[in-house]
Amino acid sequence: MEISKDLIAASSTSIVLAILAEGDSYGYAILQRVRELSGGHLTWTDGMLYPVLHRLERLGHVEARWEVAESGRRRKYYRITPGGRAQLAEERRQWQAVDATLRGIWRALSVRVPDVHPSAAPLPQGA
Amino acid sequence: MTTTGPASSLEEQIDQWRGYLRRRQAIESVDVAELEDHLREQVAVLTGAGLAPDEAFLIAVKRMGSLDALSREFAREHSERLWKQLVVAPEAGEPGARARTDALLAFCLAAAAAVLVKLPALFGVEMEKAPGFYARNLSLFVLPLLAAYFVWKRRLGTGTVRWLAVAFVAAAAFANAYPFIRGGRTEVLTALHLPIALWLAVGIAYAGGRWSQVAGRMDFVRFSGELFIYYVLIALGGGVFTAFIAMTFRAIGIDAEPFFQGWLLPCGAAGAVLVASWLVEAKQSVIENMAPVLTRLFTPLFAVLLATFLGTVLWTGRCVDIERNVLIGFDLLLVVVLGLLLYSVSARDPQAPPGAFDVVQVVLLAGALLTDAVALWAIGARITELGFSANRVAALGENVILLVNLAWSAVLYVRFLRRRGTFEALERWQTSYVPVYAAWAAIVVIVFPPLFAFR
Repeated sequence: MEISKDLIAASSTSIVLAILAEGDSYGYAILQRVRELSGGHLTWTDGMLYPVLHRLERLGHVEARWEVAESGRRRKYYRITPGGRAQLAEERRQWQAVDATLRGIWRALSVRVPDVHPSAAPLPQGA
Repeated sequence: MTTTGPASSLEEQIDQWRGYLRRRQAIESVDVAELEDHLREQVAVLTGAGLAPDEAFLIAVKRMGSLDALSREFAREHSERLWKQLVVAPEAGEPGARARTDALLAFCLAAAAAVLVKLPALFGVEMEKAPGFYARNLSLFVLPLLAAYFVWKRRLGTGTVRWLAVAFVAAAAFANAYPFIRGGRTEVLTALHLPIALWLAVGIAYAGGRWSQVAGRMDFVRFSGELFIYYVLIALGGGVFTAFIAMTFRAIGIDAEPFFQGWLLPCGAAGAVLVASWLVEAKQSVIENMAPVLTRLFTPLFAVLLATFLGTVLWTGRCVDIERNVLIGFDLLLVVVLGLLLYSVSARDPQAPPGAFDVVQVVLLAGALLTDAVALWAIGARITELGFSANRVAALGENVILLVNLAWSAVLYVRFLRRRGTFEALERWQTSYVPVYAAWAAIVVIVFPPLFAFR
């Protein structure tokens, strides 16, 4: 199952903010986390994460700093700001409303959506 | 390739890839470094899983996404970088031919503006006999053509075009239907304010469909500044040119003065607006750094000037002497400060953390606000004595509008410096405020003449 581009774009802010709420991180690690959490269903083109991060930075939702990683390379780390946490809470409310709406209508239609990979439930790993 | 080891060939490939990325204007070197770190980590993970380095490199590059798509996404996010490439390299497909048509159209419109300026003379309305008519209609000779240029360039729909036409026709009606008393104040006010109001129409045409976006309005602000710089440069060149014409013709005993005043100056001044606009659009990358450089140069100087002025007022206790033109003078001071603020805002990288220049900017803002407060206080004390004339009300209104803008800008800037707010908030405030100036100018043009009995 491939999730459509529009859905990926719509959910990217919430997902990135939520991952950064777990702790400071950098591009590659954020993408790894997205893959883990979605059980591989959400596949972003790697490069597209960076414009999203830069937008969040411009809006003041995250802060960036350059550090030297163990590998000796300079790496850009991102940290969520209080403003970002507020935004995340807001996004969460909105997604819950969407989710509740969909659940309601699925139930009304009595359409059973087969569960995808119950094992893919978030299991913090290396975070 | 075969002679080098796998490690060095990987380095070569990464070098090449970096080179491709660097050529994209929307992706800056700091972003390239970030993407390269990502690529290297991906390669390391894949080689760790047993892939050969060149295989790992290919997969890593593929996962990164196509360069075009990546560049587009970066450009969408960093529109201030997009500004550089917006018009210089439009969409693919015969950019050369399009650029030529563009230049041709700009020069044709410039010629049309020159003809338009001389058109009333054909019907017996001479410049010397009816200076009021020319003053009131000055913007109408040029700005509709400029708007038309952008309508063509941005391929605007008929809906927008209809609104623009309505705006220009209404402007022409208000400028010419009122029975102005010759040489009266309201006539002068109309002449001064109509261009400001119509500049908004040009802005809407310029921004195309992006007027509702902060970035679209910001681009228009940038355009206005660059246009001003180009226009001044052309005017300087024109001055040198006319001096040479006068010199050479005087040598053979012919006075070229009437030709200058009747033809060269009015036609050249009108046509130069269109040529300068075209230059801003076509040659952006040549001059894009002019406005920011000038801003950097003059912001500290103006900050020192205002601080010294305020210090002197406090030290000597002198009052601001209210003469006829003092209020206008202070309005102009605020306009200059606003210009300095706008152009440093428009050129600044919104992500950069607050720096020393931002502090200077706040000092400048605070100085301007206090200076203006001193002037307003002095005026307020004598306003009953002076009474309300059209001039004074217009100037006072402008002062209030600018003061509100600068005061709230100062608040937002201080918030940004204290890391309580983002730079984006300041950008949004400045760009949202643009229509306010036009609205006030329209009020002065429409309401003032009847209010002050066309005097």
